[in-house]
Amino acid sequence: MTPFDEAPHSASLRGDTLRRLARSPSAVVGVVLVGALILAGVLAPWLTGHDPVQQNLRAVLQAPSLAHPLGTDQLGRDILARILFGARLTLFIGAFAVAVGMVVGVPLGVVSGFYRGTIDMVVQRVMDLMLSFTSFLLALTLVALLGVGLTNVIVAVGISTIPRFARLVRSSVLSIREVSYIEASTALGARGRRVLWRHVLPNALAPVIVQATLSMGATILTAAGLGFLGLGVQPPTPEWGAMLGEGRNYIFSQPSVTTFPGLAIFLAVVGFNLLGDGLRDALDPQLRGRR
Amino acid sequence: MTAYVVQRLMGVVITVFFVAITVFLMVRLLPGDPARVIAGVLASEAEVDRLRERLGLDEPLWRQGVIFVSGLARGDLGTSARTSNPVTTEIGARFGATMRLAIVSTVLAVLIGVPLGAYAATRAGRIEDLFVSTVVLFGISMPVYWLGLMLILLFSIRLRWLPAAGAEGLLAVVLPAFTLAFFSMAFIARITRSSMLEVLHQDYVRTARAKGAKQREVIWRHALRNALAPVITVIGLQFGELLGGAILTETVFAWPGLGRLLVDSIFARDYPTVQGLVIVFALLFALVNLAIDLFYSVIDPRVRYG
Repeated sequence: MTPFDEAPHSASLRGDTLRRLARSPSAVVGVVLVGALILAGVLAPWLTGHDPVQQNLRAVLQAPSLAHPLGTDQLGRDILARILFGARLTLFIGAFAVAVGMVVGVPLGVVSGFYRGTIDMVVQRVMDLMLSFTSFLLALTLVALLGVGLTNVIVAVGISTIPRFARLVRSSVLSIREVSYIEASTALGARGRRVLWRHVLPNALAPVIVQATLSMGATILTAAGLGFLGLGVQPPTPEWGAMLGEGRNYIFSQPSVTTFPGLAIFLAVVGFNLLGDGLRDALDPQLRGRR
Repeated sequence: MTAYVVQRLMGVVITVFFVAITVFLMVRLLPGDPARVIAGVLASEAEVDRLRERLGLDEPLWRQGVIFVSGLARGDLGTSARTSNPVTTEIGARFGATMRLAIVSTVLAVLIGVPLGAYAATRAGRIEDLFVSTVVLFGISMPVYWLGLMLILLFSIRLRWLPAAGAEGLLAVVLPAFTLAFFSMAFIARITRSSMLEVLHQDYVRTARAKGAKQREVIWRHALRNALAPVITVIGLQFGELLGGAILTETVFAWPGLGRLLVDSIFARDYPTVQGLVIVFALLFALVNLAIDLFYSVIDPRVRYG
């Protein structure tokens, strides 16, 4: 029995949510993985004595050892240092790309669902159009045309997540505006914009938080995929996908060059997926066990 | 039914038309001069001008648009800037390889994913369910390119059972297809599980049990059949992910398909081919989803189209 079980029932949404999150083993694993990723990124310079871009051509493709716990890559760079500094970049790209998706997608969804009519129709057709590209291809096409590099990767991957947020927010706004407390506040004389800000938006936020967490995982996969193809963040920046892409030619001589960066991407995505699922269950207990 | 199919086909045409216009505008309006990029930094101004003329990029935008759209209507996607062949020829030569990969992967994903999800639903909350959930989590979190590399490491380098690259022979498809299928398999298993969980509580399942049907018969004949509708929709939707995954998988396994062609064309700044490939990918995605919608009316007599 965890101490949380005995805690008095509080009325706060945040307290409830955290308590339910702590009770789910898979959500706890998610929190640990995401926490480890954040710590790795923040503490990178203190966790390793190696410079992530420092080449040493006399120590290339070494197996893991005491000096290099995860070995060295084809240019003699320490793989652990590159993974730790890469964690920064991964979080940075993920967070900003999701932010781009949210900042554009959420208002589009709100306007679409709240005002309906022509504007809804137009927004939905544009979202359909973006979805018919499929997300990876859309990001890839944008990077191909905008050019490679950190900012363009963030913009491209971010744009590809817009429809997800717009769709989600639209449908929750549509259902919330039919709820009786919205009718009540309208009856009390509240105007459209006030109803929107005070009553509709706060209630549409929970699914957005869940979607943002799950999208972190998805954007990390997409951005690393672009890096793998050589169309993401450019060398010598320690980006996990690019590490895999550059290292894959050495898979015959030194597998650790590809094994560890891939494992890092995998664990980061697992972490965000578990945390997202956990948050969904915690924020909406009715959905528990379904999906 | 015929009227419905025609109407939906029109929808596909309109979608692909808008995708085509969007790519057309993206290529021309985004920052950067395609002619300069194709010619390279060392080319002289005169060379770039000649190239611009050859690619028709010196015409005003509206004229380029008219030429592009009238070409599109005739099934002409322009000329590859890299090989000077028609883009349709380039795409045609690679189309079969990608379709083979996509079809084998989809079949694998369905054949493994559906039973896996159904089984997990019948064992909900038990250790078997947890095991399936873990496989699903791995599937949706695994970078497809990393999975491919790890499979090469195990089956091609260590065990020497399967080829690591190329499309020669029957065995060559095994690793790329499994790599590509893993994500879809996980997704399909997840949807099958939740759909089955809902169906298992329905009255007709209880009725089937009450009349003495065996557990196996209840699950596979009564429940699964009714749980499949959302699963089939998902098979169509994840086909988009599959095409995206194919770009990466084909790169890992040197598979001579459309995905490789796209990546090679991007690096060669061959914009006409990139443009054509995006259109073809969107067309494929739209057609697969149309086929799936029509398939509904076959498997579910309640669905009727007027």
